Amino acid sequence: MSTVLELKNIRKSFGAEVVLNNLSLTVPEHTATVLIGASGSGKSTLLRCINLLETIDDGQILLDGKEISDPLINVDEVRRKLGMVFQSFNLFPHKTVLENITLAPIKVQGKSQEEARDAATALLSRFDLADKADQYPDRLSGGQQQRVAIIRSIAVNPRLLLLDEITSALDPVLVNEVLSIVRDLKHDGMTMVLATHEMGFATQVADEVCFLESGNILERGSATDVLQNPKNPQTQEFLKRVHQAGRL
Amino acid sequence: MTERNNSAWSPSSREIERQVSRRAINRKQAIIAAVSSFLVLGTLAVVLVSSPGWQTVKTTFFDIEYGKEVFPTVIKGLWINLQLTFIGGAAIGVIALGLALLRTTKSPTLTPFRYLATAYVDIFRGAPLILIILLVGFGVPALGLKGISSNVIFLGTVAVVLTYSAYVAEVIRSGILSIHPSQRAAARSLGLSSGQTMRFVVLPQAIRRVVPPLLNDFVSLLKDTGLVSILGVTDAVRAAQINASRTFNYTPYVVAAILFLLITIPMTRYTDRAIRQRTSAQSSEGAI
Repeated sequence: MSTVLELKNIRKSFGAEVVLNNLSLTVPEHTATVLIGASGSGKSTLLRCINLLETIDDGQILLDGKEISDPLINVDEVRRKLGMVFQSFNLFPHKTVLENITLAPIKVQGKSQEEARDAATALLSRFDLADKADQYPDRLSGGQQQRVAIIRSIAVNPRLLLLDEITSALDPVLVNEVLSIVRDLKHDGMTMVLATHEMGFATQVADEVCFLESGNILERGSATDVLQNPKNPQTQEFLKRVHQAGRL
Repeated sequence: MTERNNSAWSPSSREIERQVSRRAINRKQAIIAAVSSFLVLGTLAVVLVSSPGWQTVKTTFFDIEYGKEVFPTVIKGLWINLQLTFIGGAAIGVIALGLALLRTTKSPTLTPFRYLATAYVDIFRGAPLILIILLVGFGVPALGLKGISSNVIFLGTVAVVLTYSAYVAEVIRSGILSIHPSQRAAARSLGLSSGQTMRFVVLPQAIRRVVPPLLNDFVSLLKDTGLVSILGVTDAVRAAQINASRTFNYTPYVVAAILFLLITIPMTRYTDRAIRQRTSAQSSEGAI
């Protein structure tokens, strides 16, 4: 199995605050890496750094063996290989569902209108959203919006999908319809890195679970190891709190 | 989904009582409004008509016969104002968009233009329009440049366009800045370049957002085209002025004012409606 993403000794700070501290991570092809940890532990920043939305202070990011943390790299070209889904959906409100999905295939990949539309329609049908194609995002429920956002990000066939707490803005009833798409994508062999607070979901999809605390990975391993039998006292403490909040 | 059929519903006796009370309240409010309007407007009318100079004002400002006589020349002048508004408006739209984009760009190649655009906006937004009209109208012909028209209508339009481009550029720029950074992040993470992000994601939303203030500026533009009359352009204001100074009867000014109002009032009403639709679209729920 080839390595898709490799992070070597990443450091990132905002002013005096060190958000990522000497963090390393390897993501093999067709695997899902789940980042868990309290808010402020650096999960989102890590994903934004991978996507080059933030510049790292030190270390290296390699995508398919090529360093993308090089300032001379064409960031647009790198981002074409990466899909990103945000906590707040970030759909384009002035475009219909279909237009949201076809924008990048047409403008970035140079596909024809028909080609892009057919591909988008196929994806919408697959995830039970075919009837929403011509709706504007504000007519959709949060769960539907996030599903569209996921479809939008996979419409460009990314090499790696980054999911940043994609269910945190949803009520519990809508969470499952979003997570089931991610399960399907995982089943398709999509390589992904995701930050989540849904421990049950993490157990289902994760090939590796990483517990982040103060910008570093304190514990990593299979979902069973990290989530059921954590060794690090801080992981144990975090999971205990999650458990008390009823999210495990 | 629950059935939400309204046809099978008939109001309860309590609701019927409430409807009766509501009608009574509405009737009372209508009466109060009518009495209040009658008192206020009536008093104003009485004060106006009983003022010592009313007879003179009536003959020098509201001479209907003379008004009819000058109407064709004033409306001919108004046509100049309208042409100026529409041709100028188109030019303003293009220039202002360019200025707004330059002021928000981060491209290093365009850095000098960004500074120039900022200086331009500072100057033309800060100086009174009438001064710009005088400077352009009398200054440019004095330069004696070949190929530059010294036609007053052209120069007047240029002056108005120069000034309004600065105003409108700021309105568009504020629209661009009001789009949340997460929209840009989403577009960039799909692989769109910064130019594509501006064109397909940021700008369409920004323009939609600033349509009401732009309509507002459009109404102001129509009114301010009257200022080019100081260069000697025979617009509605100038036509009225010529007639008024010929006979010392000021009715032509009133005619011009009414003609402007006939255009600007519907435009402002339309703007208000656009603003209302904008706000109701943003706050999707509630009856307030």
